Amino acid sequence: MVSALVFIPGRPVASRGRQPGNPAWSSQVDGNYCLTCGSDKTLKLWNPLRGTLLRTYSGHGYEVLDAAGSFDNSSLCSGGGDKAVVLWDVASGQVVRKFRGHAGKVNTVQFNEEATVILSGSIDSTIRCWDCRSRRPDPVQKLDEAKDGVSSVKVSDHEVLAGSVDGRVRRYDLRMGQLFSDYVGSPITCTCFSRDGQCTLVSSLDSTLRLLDKDTGELLGEYTGHKNQEYKLDCCLSERDTHVVSCSEDGKVFFWDLVEGVLALALQVGPGVVQSLAYHPTEPCLLTAMGGSIHCWQEEAYETEGGTG
Amino acid sequence: MAARDSDSEEDLVSYGTGLEPLEEGERPKKPTPLQDQTVRDEKGRYKRFHGAFSGGFSAGYFNTVGSKEGWTPSSFVSSRQNRADKSVLGPEDFMDEEDLSEFGIAPKAIVTTDDFASKTKDRIREKARQLAAATAPIPGATLLDDFITPATLSVGFELLRKMGWKEGQGIGPRVKRRPRQQKPDPGVKIYGCALPPGGSEGSEDEDDDYLLENVTFAPKDVMPVDFTPKDNVHGLAYKGLDPQQALFGASGEHLNLFSGRPEGASNLLGDIGVNKGRKLGISGQAFGVGALEEEDDDIYATETLSKYDTILKDEEPGDGLYGWTAPKQYQSQKESEKDLRYIGKILDGFSLASKSLSSKKIYPPPELPRDYRPVHYFRPVVAATSENSHLLQVLSESAGKSIHDPGTQSRHQLNASKRGELLGETPIQGSATSVLEFLSQKDKERFKEMKQATDLKAAQLRALSLAQNAASSRTQPPSQVVGHGSWHTALSGGTATTKASNFKPFAKDPEKQKRYEKFLANMKRGQKDALEHCLDPSMTEWERGREREEFARAALLYASSHSTLSSRFTHAKEDDDSDQVEVPRDQENDVNDKQSAVKMKMFGKLTRDTFEWHPDKLLCKRFNVPDPYPDSTLVGLPRVKRDKYSVFNFLTLPETASLPTTQASSEKVLQHRGPDKPRKPSRWDTSKQEKKEDSISEFLSLARSKVGPLEQESSPLVNKEEVHVKESLSNKLVNKDVDSQTEAGESRPSMDLFKAIFASSSEEKSSSSEDEQGDSEDDQEGPGEADFKSSQEELPSVAPTSEPAPQEPAPSFVIQKTQIDEREEFGPRLPPVFCPNARQKLEAPQKEKHKKNKEKHKTKKEHRRKKEKKKKHRKHKHKGKQKNKKSEKSSSSESADSSDSQSEEDTADMSPQELLRRLKHLPLRRQ
Repeated sequence: MVSALVFIPGRPVASRGRQPGNPAWSSQVDGNYCLTCGSDKTLKLWNPLRGTLLRTYSGHGYEVLDAAGSFDNSSLCSGGGDKAVVLWDVASGQVVRKFRGHAGKVNTVQFNEEATVILSGSIDSTIRCWDCRSRRPDPVQKLDEAKDGVSSVKVSDHEVLAGSVDGRVRRYDLRMGQLFSDYVGSPITCTCFSRDGQCTLVSSLDSTLRLLDKDTGELLGEYTGHKNQEYKLDCCLSERDTHVVSCSEDGKVFFWDLVEGVLALALQVGPGVVQSLAYHPTEPCLLTAMGGSIHCWQEEAYETEGGTG
Repeated sequence: MAARDSDSEEDLVSYGTGLEPLEEGERPKKPTPLQDQTVRDEKGRYKRFHGAFSGGFSAGYFNTVGSKEGWTPSSFVSSRQNRADKSVLGPEDFMDEEDLSEFGIAPKAIVTTDDFASKTKDRIREKARQLAAATAPIPGATLLDDFITPATLSVGFELLRKMGWKEGQGIGPRVKRRPRQQKPDPGVKIYGCALPPGGSEGSEDEDDDYLLENVTFAPKDVMPVDFTPKDNVHGLAYKGLDPQQALFGASGEHLNLFSGRPEGASNLLGDIGVNKGRKLGISGQAFGVGALEEEDDDIYATETLSKYDTILKDEEPGDGLYGWTAPKQYQSQKESEKDLRYIGKILDGFSLASKSLSSKKIYPPPELPRDYRPVHYFRPVVAATSENSHLLQVLSESAGKSIHDPGTQSRHQLNASKRGELLGETPIQGSATSVLEFLSQKDKERFKEMKQATDLKAAQLRALSLAQNAASSRTQPPSQVVGHGSWHTALSGGTATTKASNFKPFAKDPEKQKRYEKFLANMKRGQKDALEHCLDPSMTEWERGREREEFARAALLYASSHSTLSSRFTHAKEDDDSDQVEVPRDQENDVNDKQSAVKMKMFGKLTRDTFEWHPDKLLCKRFNVPDPYPDSTLVGLPRVKRDKYSVFNFLTLPETASLPTTQASSEKVLQHRGPDKPRKPSRWDTSKQEKKEDSISEFLSLARSKVGPLEQESSPLVNKEEVHVKESLSNKLVNKDVDSQTEAGESRPSMDLFKAIFASSSEEKSSSSEDEQGDSEDDQEGPGEADFKSSQEELPSVAPTSEPAPQEPAPSFVIQKTQIDEREEFGPRLPPVFCPNARQKLEAPQKEKHKKNKEKHKTKKEHRRKKEKKKKHRKHKHKGKQKNKKSEKSSSSESADSSDSQSEEDTADMSPQELLRRLKHLPLRRQ
């Protein structure tokens, strides 16, 4: 099962791959690699277009639930069931650091823009900010405002967006020194910023995605039709914010028009649950994870590039 | 030497090592000097003596651990096959081998283990047991322990048992003789010298005729001779007189448990008789009794006083088989034993108290006088001034207390000058009377303050103690007045300094709190009977009394806490606004409101909480963000003040316009609301609105009905402004219309215009980049341009649906507005072009309004811009859809339909659904 997928922009474009375990895409920043992590306790770096496995990073003791790449592709971070957040060196494949301190599974990890801080959200309802620069073992700061597990963390240059199972989306604005907490009601599975940084997309377990105005918290759009009642599924916006993309538990990937909120496409991926997806940051290329395999979708005729891997 | 030389003589035995034979002419060796005589251990290492107090012989390698190479720790090795077992290190692990040798500190010798050791080895335990048995209230009570504790038998016992030995028997071949008769008379005392042993034996022999032929008996058990070394200077077999036994020991025997026990207890043992006779003979004796001899009762038994009768009484029979005719004493003794048994086993180390506890004396409560009433009416306390001295005297006299001369009464409270005054001395002039005079004014003030504080404290302390006394003193009416008086003054002193009543001890009970406040107020005004006045007359006496006490205590508590706390805390910089509440941390407690808001899809203010949040300094650094709170050391959420949820909070602010207006209330709104505040064109709001209209309109109209009059009253000025603005707006609107019309004629308006419209100066920078981006996109995509244009064309008209909007006349703003309101429920509302301008105009007079407002406007504008961008996106989407042949087919056919239908239909009477549908396909049509 692949638990998370990340597009890693770097040199070539994404490709397919297959990972025994939980599908999770972690795309490195420029989308030329794709990073998967899953229940086989490893992270795998792929060339998604060719479907070649580039490297395997092993060192986690339990399933790896999320991974992320740094802006310069030099390091990776991951977190998983072993409650540890691990910083990896991409080239050597070695564990650079392990941050321990979470009391529960680490659901989500993110680098900040300069890869100096790793933010990790855990089911212990905290977000911890780990300093990659210093050697101190404890987090720089612990954001423990959430009342329940933190399912999603996203970082912009000065904000931290966190979705929690307590049904709130919290945005920590470091520049303003404020915390904005938006109540959505149902447990949040995934949050993300729109690429223009004005909106936040929030998916929750009531099978609804909501587009919220970042500044006021007002509802700009609501996207329904998919099924998301059990799992922590990913959602994202397409490369130009034109579409809202979400996984679904019925084996499809749903595309909605962002502005109008109408369903544009329901892409059948397979019979199972689409656990994770990642959209290429600049090109219309989508990676989806189902079961132990990853599919790479590109716009031309929607042909499937990956599949078995 | 001898041995070597005399090899031939074989019958010689030689001991020791011979000396080296001296060679001829050699002088015998000098003995090694003292300093060279060194002690070495078996490994040749020097053993240097360090002195007893500095550790004795040196240890290890030259006083270091381990060896020459140093100390090598044992490395931990564990593999799957070969698990390292957890080793518990004992002291031996840290000892050198010589320590374990014969002369080391822990010599290893062969020692008999517990199993093989004979029992007598454990002398200490034995002693302890004996002692316990002796001191126990029931002599031999430890017997029970012996029964209970599992007996670990030594190997000797077990071997014997296997050979057929039974406990209580002697060892040896079975003998043919009659079993020793149970001696029935242990109670019979022998005075003076015991009978010679021979006699008793002889008597036993005489009984032999009873002996049965074929029966053999085990030999008598014999206590082994005790070989404990004699380590005292007493005579042989001397045993000191145990005072306890001598004086209190009722048993009359020595420490033997079995024989010493009284009948009652001994019944626990079935074989009491057998044991008695035997043990009596030898136990503890080491001399003079043959090992095989029997029945030499007590020859050398220790004599204790208790063995002698000190009173004349009937002799008790030994067998204890008295019937109901038993002597009284016998019976009574049994009774007492029964008592003990009833209590049960007494724990080790405890004994029954000899003296019974003196029972607590319980004093009856004092009798209340017949005319006593549980409520005390305080007499007014009158200050002792010249005017009312007479009154005071009368009062105090009536209270049963005469007033003394103030001079004599408070001698100790006078200072030197006052005493001098009393004595008629003239006060010393010129020289400073106190050090205080030398102090600067500022210091004096400080002193004063301190003094006041301490005075206050003292007063409070006094008052507190008095208040505590109050309860008890209530039964003593006379003293009450005094107590109350001082208490009262203390209270008033304490409360005088307190700021009114932020402190609400009785907040739960508003009535009570009211009374309490009244009480405080009265107190401050100096009303002495404040308490009585403010109590609820309908309460019972008891309730009143209680409440009075509560009030007094609360007032005191508050006063004292106030003064102590105030010294530690500074005042808040801003006063608490009434609409803010202190929230301990985050808390988002009004989930219900939020849930309903979510249900109504009214995201935004209703669902948002904003907190001050302090990021860690390092985090800011890492994020390359300036610390928003450079002065605070706080991290995370402070105890935040959060806006209380209130309808007014969001209704009075301009961005409330984002709330969908309803037809029902729109007119009303127009009356007292400002010019059209552009709503956030949120399609989802409005499309859902159709369904939810009822609930929302209800909610809103309710809210507005509340707000309406209030706003009108409070802001007539604003209203005026609004009227003015309306006019200017309508003017503007006309102008704008013309503008837009002319613009429509052109191919495309310049970017600057949009910037001027949409971007305020502050956001110019950020927006420009985005706009540029938009530009480039537009360049790439030809067909998109038209769409973009059209959206701009639509802007001035506000009407979301109408293509012919520019042509539509706009007679006045108000009319248009109502139209909008009617139509706006459906379809995407596009922000009217005039609004931003109008708003900018508006802002000039409104500048004194909140800054917040402005910010909101800004975000509004941003938002609008964003919307436009999204429009662009829509266009992208359609481009994408083109690629997707299948999906496009259906949608294009749909759009064709809609375009057809649209041309036929009039915009005025379109169904909302139709409008919506058409709107959605609007861009498609344009393609």
